[in-house]
Amino acid sequence: MKNLNSRRDFLKTSALVTGGMMAPSFLVPGAYAAPANELKLAVIGCGGRGTGAVFQAFETGHPIKLVAMADAFQDRLDNSYKAIFDKYGKDKVDVPEEMKLVGFEGYKKAIAAADVVILASPPGFRPSHFEEAVNQGKQIFMEKPVATDAAGIRKVLAAAEVAKAKKLNVVVGLQRRYQSNYIEVMKRIQDGQLGEIVGGQVYWNDGGVWIRERKPEMTEMEYQMRNWYYFNWLCGDHITEQHVHNIDIANWAKNGYPVKAEGTGGRQVRTGKNTGEIFDHHVLTFTYADGSVIHSECRHFPGAANRVDETFQGTKGKVYLSAGNHGDMTDWKGNSIYSHNRENQANPYQTEHDELWGAIVKGEYKFADAERAAKSTMTAIMGRYATYSGKVLTWDEALNGTVDLFPDTLAWDATPKLLPGADGFYPHAVPGKSKVV
Amino acid sequence: MKKYLAASGLILMSFQLNESGVFEAYTQKIPGTEVTFDLAPIPAGSFQMGSNDSNFPDQNPIHEVKLDAFWMGTHEVTWDAFELFLDKQYEESMTEGGVPEIVDGLTRPSLPYLDMTFGMGKEGKPAVGMTQYGALQYCRWLYLKTGIFYRIPTEAEWEYAARAGSKGRFFFGDDPANLSEYSWTKANSQDGTHPVGQKKANPWGLFDIYGNVQEWTIDLYEEDFYSRSAKENPLNPAEKLYPHVVRGGSFKTPESEIGSAVRGVSDPTWKRIDPQIPKSQWWFPEAPFIGLRIVRPLNPPSPEQIKAYYEQEPIADY
Repeated sequence: MKNLNSRRDFLKTSALVTGGMMAPSFLVPGAYAAPANELKLAVIGCGGRGTGAVFQAFETGHPIKLVAMADAFQDRLDNSYKAIFDKYGKDKVDVPEEMKLVGFEGYKKAIAAADVVILASPPGFRPSHFEEAVNQGKQIFMEKPVATDAAGIRKVLAAAEVAKAKKLNVVVGLQRRYQSNYIEVMKRIQDGQLGEIVGGQVYWNDGGVWIRERKPEMTEMEYQMRNWYYFNWLCGDHITEQHVHNIDIANWAKNGYPVKAEGTGGRQVRTGKNTGEIFDHHVLTFTYADGSVIHSECRHFPGAANRVDETFQGTKGKVYLSAGNHGDMTDWKGNSIYSHNRENQANPYQTEHDELWGAIVKGEYKFADAERAAKSTMTAIMGRYATYSGKVLTWDEALNGTVDLFPDTLAWDATPKLLPGADGFYPHAVPGKSKVV
Repeated sequence: MKKYLAASGLILMSFQLNESGVFEAYTQKIPGTEVTFDLAPIPAGSFQMGSNDSNFPDQNPIHEVKLDAFWMGTHEVTWDAFELFLDKQYEESMTEGGVPEIVDGLTRPSLPYLDMTFGMGKEGKPAVGMTQYGALQYCRWLYLKTGIFYRIPTEAEWEYAARAGSKGRFFFGDDPANLSEYSWTKANSQDGTHPVGQKKANPWGLFDIYGNVQEWTIDLYEEDFYSRSAKENPLNPAEKLYPHVVRGGSFKTPESEIGSAVRGVSDPTWKRIDPQIPKSQWWFPEAPFIGLRIVRPLNPPSPEQIKAYYEQEPIADY
């Protein structure tokens, strides 16, 4: 632990703040307490979600000071800073100009300035940002998904081991894990109240997300960064960026990860020059080690029916779950086993920060979300590999994939690996033809 | 802020010129699509607004209000129409002959990251979860598509139309036992929206007035507004984002909280679980019960006033 001295300072000064809450085992590896006793926070990735996470950190009520911000774009950083400063003011926001770090490399300096970091850049950057934060011994909140390809997953899994060894709290924004309907139902599933889970269906079917138009002054790199949802090196496709939430619930219910994936996907209705390379639908079966099968479906079809939820069938009963606080377990005769109260439930986006910061201020080591989040992200990536290639992918084949989507150089004038054709359309995967691993 | 105030006030000014000529029910088609909706004429007149129920001081006192004529949507706006507005590419794919450039430049909602149907379905069902700003911009989109000035009603217009000449708690009398013939409420909705127009209409041909979804009005909510509101075409202009008046019950409203005079309010908690900052100007991820119904004044304001009304800047929401 290279920050031993810093940690001792923290112990000394933090005792004043945490007072009676402080446990004898108080330990915050790598953290440093400023003279004013605040925990220092840095946010990496200052879009709407990163900014929202900063708000949630402050709303925990713990003594926190925002000291550094990093984003690829000046305007995104400035808008975020303004929103945070307007709401929380100079007592909580102390980010001098030299700590407003714009560009691809600013994250290192921002992480160095903080005790706790929020990692909320587009997912393609998460592995390197997470690795850096772990190497620097920081407490971490990171958004999902945690990578966009197998190489990124391997990096996150390796860093997750280091984080465990260093006892760094890591919370990942798969907020259903912090939502009471899911927690209560999963407790009962693990207790065997539905018997063995033999099948399930998980969905994220809706109309799709934002599109940012190309402007003449944009380099190709800037265009892809602004429109990151539509490029796999940044987003991982919507099966990874969005549907990972529901896939993670399947893995939670199965208490494991699938051994193989097979499926079908394509670009049926979202076919424009402005929608990059990602598919608009993926339909998969994930087979688990015990032979049980989960059906996974995600699509962005405007005008069609929406469905975002999870269902599972066990030998003794079934369950319906959704982010709208559904958690209804019934036996095969229709008798209720458990029905979650949907009214007045906590906001899971707040709960995940309440729990993380609560552990940090008490010096507790409680959260190691990175590994399971990496494996659920990997499940989604394996699904993408299966729909893109049209092949059956095993877990090991997918995890050992070597196709590298990331640009060789990160710079505004550097060339991403995927470029539009002469007609302005981006090439995209074609099942039966494309090599994905 | 000033701009917002001014625009909200101006929009009720009417002009002598009656461009439409005929004041009767009609069907509005969204050009180039199969989507239509119906409007009923609501005649100019006076009515007794509010109630003397001391349990609801915000409905006191009963006071006479005089209103100009307008048309009102017979049904709540459905996803069939609203989704064309919210997704430009979808609108283009569904519109024969293309979408005119003037519509192309419109401010559209951010496509919601969450499922804003809340699992309740789309076809024929009311669009839900939009902000008042989103409701306003939908009207602007309709104006650009049709050339006709549509807006959401004032609180007074809504109550006048809901009452349809009645004086009691409901347009069908005072007995809540009959409510299920007219409305989807907590008592009979099975906790979800239903296709519009399945229940009986009110005497002026308006469906789902007391249920299915609550409906946006223009007005700012103030408990004591009736003690000082204007006698003609009253409006409480909004200078802040909350609370606005919402009217009618929804599929979640208990029967005891429903009536022609009942005033609902919008609330910032409806955006509580929005994980982004700034919070969406367009969506309430915890308000599956709010929708909209449109009106068309018989005598529309001038094009300049219409433009000012539609171009109100949204108020930032952190």
